[in-house]
Amino acid sequence: MATADTPLLELRGVSKAFGAVQALYRVDFEVRRGEVMALVGDNGAGKSTLIKSVVGIYPFDEGEVRYEGKHVNIHGPRDAAKLGIEVVYQDLALADNLDVVANMFLGRERTRGGFVLDESSMERSSRETLDSLSVTTLRSVRQTVAGLSGGQRQAVAVAKSVMWDSRLVILDEPTAALGVAQTRQVLDLVRRLAERDLAVVLITHNLHDVFEAADRITVLRLGQRVAQLERSQTTQQEIVHAITAGTLDHVPGMEEPGRVEA
Amino acid sequence: MTTERPIDAEPGLDPTAARVAPVAADALADEVSGANLSGYARLWWQGIRAGELGSLPIILGIGVIVVVFGLLDDTFLTERNFTNLLLQMCGIATIAIGVVFVLLIGEIDLSVAFVSAVGGVVMTLLLRPDDPGWPWWAAIAFALGCTTAIGFVQALVITKAGVPSFVVTLAGLLIWSGVVLILTTQASSVGTIRIQDETVVGIANDFLSATAGWVVAGLVVAGYALVELQNARTRRASGLYAKPVVVMALQIVGLAAVTFAAVWYVNKDRGVPKVAVILLVFLVIWSFIASRTTFGRHVYAVGGSAEASRRAGINVDRVRIAVFMISGFMAGVGGIMLASRLRSVATNTGGGNLLLLVIASAVIGGTSLFGGVGRVVSALLGALVIASIQNGMDLLGLASGTKFVITGLVLLAAVLVDAYAKRRRAARGVL
Repeated sequence: MATADTPLLELRGVSKAFGAVQALYRVDFEVRRGEVMALVGDNGAGKSTLIKSVVGIYPFDEGEVRYEGKHVNIHGPRDAAKLGIEVVYQDLALADNLDVVANMFLGRERTRGGFVLDESSMERSSRETLDSLSVTTLRSVRQTVAGLSGGQRQAVAVAKSVMWDSRLVILDEPTAALGVAQTRQVLDLVRRLAERDLAVVLITHNLHDVFEAADRITVLRLGQRVAQLERSQTTQQEIVHAITAGTLDHVPGMEEPGRVEA
Repeated sequence: MTTERPIDAEPGLDPTAARVAPVAADALADEVSGANLSGYARLWWQGIRAGELGSLPIILGIGVIVVVFGLLDDTFLTERNFTNLLLQMCGIATIAIGVVFVLLIGEIDLSVAFVSAVGGVVMTLLLRPDDPGWPWWAAIAFALGCTTAIGFVQALVITKAGVPSFVVTLAGLLIWSGVVLILTTQASSVGTIRIQDETVVGIANDFLSATAGWVVAGLVVAGYALVELQNARTRRASGLYAKPVVVMALQIVGLAAVTFAAVWYVNKDRGVPKVAVILLVFLVIWSFIASRTTFGRHVYAVGGSAEASRRAGINVDRVRIAVFMISGFMAGVGGIMLASRLRSVATNTGGGNLLLLVIASAVIGGTSLFGGVGRVVSALLGALVIASIQNGMDLLGLASGTKFVITGLVLLAAVLVDAYAKRRRAARGVL
């Protein structure tokens, strides 16, 4: 699926420590346009830290972030949004009491005269975006989010993230709380994002999701990248092995990073 | 859901829609089925069952009150009593508008009653002809500036120090009741200060002429009809679902009937109270701000999920501060109305059950205590219920204790309805 040689986002040797805990150690990571890069790993492997650092919530201690081949400094979610990086968080970040349209435009409302909401325009765009992603399960975009199922909410959250000319969408465990049919719908949606030539990072625990939706897989273990695999050339066993017993360059707690087989 | 039926049902729908995007038409099915009267009624009923009650409980409540007190007391439904009821209601409803905003962001303001008293007292003191003898507009502006500033200061403590609004405004309740006592006892040995300005006394004691009353009613109905029609036109023009014309016509006719009947009735007595027109103006302005502006949208968002609002880039603290300033401002306006109605302020201004009645009004009107749900107009509806009950019980000559018990039970009933509705909404939201 990859169309360009340069990755859209590239991390080179990034590290992050919280006190004595080395959350990330010299991690390389990349994602290209039009591909779904799965980011897998056990609890505490550093997946969330990596993502939060990419959008500038935590600064990296060392290493380089390159975006479209250029060195960038991202100091917060606003900087990230300006570059077209959107994150769909696990707990969704939707306001239950507002309808779908209001949620999709929350904080970026379209107005007439600077402060009067332009509802028709927002409703039209919301519907266009949802239709373009073939989200068909919503009864009405004027429904409040409280009345939606988990899959529908996830769909709204994803649609919200692609409305803003975003080029990189990061999904944090999008299927964690969903049933089988809804997981299927959300994964289809993830594929559709990649077909629109967006770069997609899919953080997940679920190997089923990985084989359904991902093009490539990055495996983190104890804060280090232990594998980067092509989905077509790997097996479930190989990934499980990497997650649980992958080769570490650096054993946490040792002064000098040495080559140690774990 | 079938794809072919809805397309037949909506002649205005672009015929190509069926060919290009059958799935989109499917998504539209529910909205399109709401395009005729029975379909609209069905959707409305679905909403009710799902806990989106809107103003329904309150309208039922008003119906019950009218029947019960009308049967128990002959004077309750007279035009004179209806006018009195309006006069009693306006101050409470005005303060309750501010409380609605506070409840919308999921906070509480327990200081509003005494903040309103501060507004009334400051204005009255400034109006004293010997010292300092300010003109009425300057005294009112300064008093409102004071109450807005009080809201600002309380909000600063709430947002910057992270103290719950319950505690901060409870402290405010004590502080401002003390300030009212200090100001009134210093200014007068008997503790009562008369307002000696015709304009200010006129706020709550003057009435419009019969003709002016009709003109106001006409403006209200015409304004509402214009806004609705304009809305429907722009929505249809952009190919979006709009309310069926029948429903819109019924709503406009309904509003016209209620408005003109009310004006006709009060005109048989003294006419439309000036203070009711002032309340109406504030209702329209704040309703517009709450439902049609970015700020209003952010108020609802903060009440629904402060975390989601923060992630969406909304300055949550700024919204909170603005809302408490609105609360202080509207408390000031209400305090001036109440002072004007009594033509004086006294040591007990803002005391008694004013706070209870104001918060009960907002809640009974359908504003959720859990934040994020409610409308500005619920301040008016709730105050109407509260004032009717007070007025009816006064006519029946009930003892104070009984009145408190009944008012408390009505408030409890309203809160239970709110909690039940929230459960219904949550039951649908959970997987």
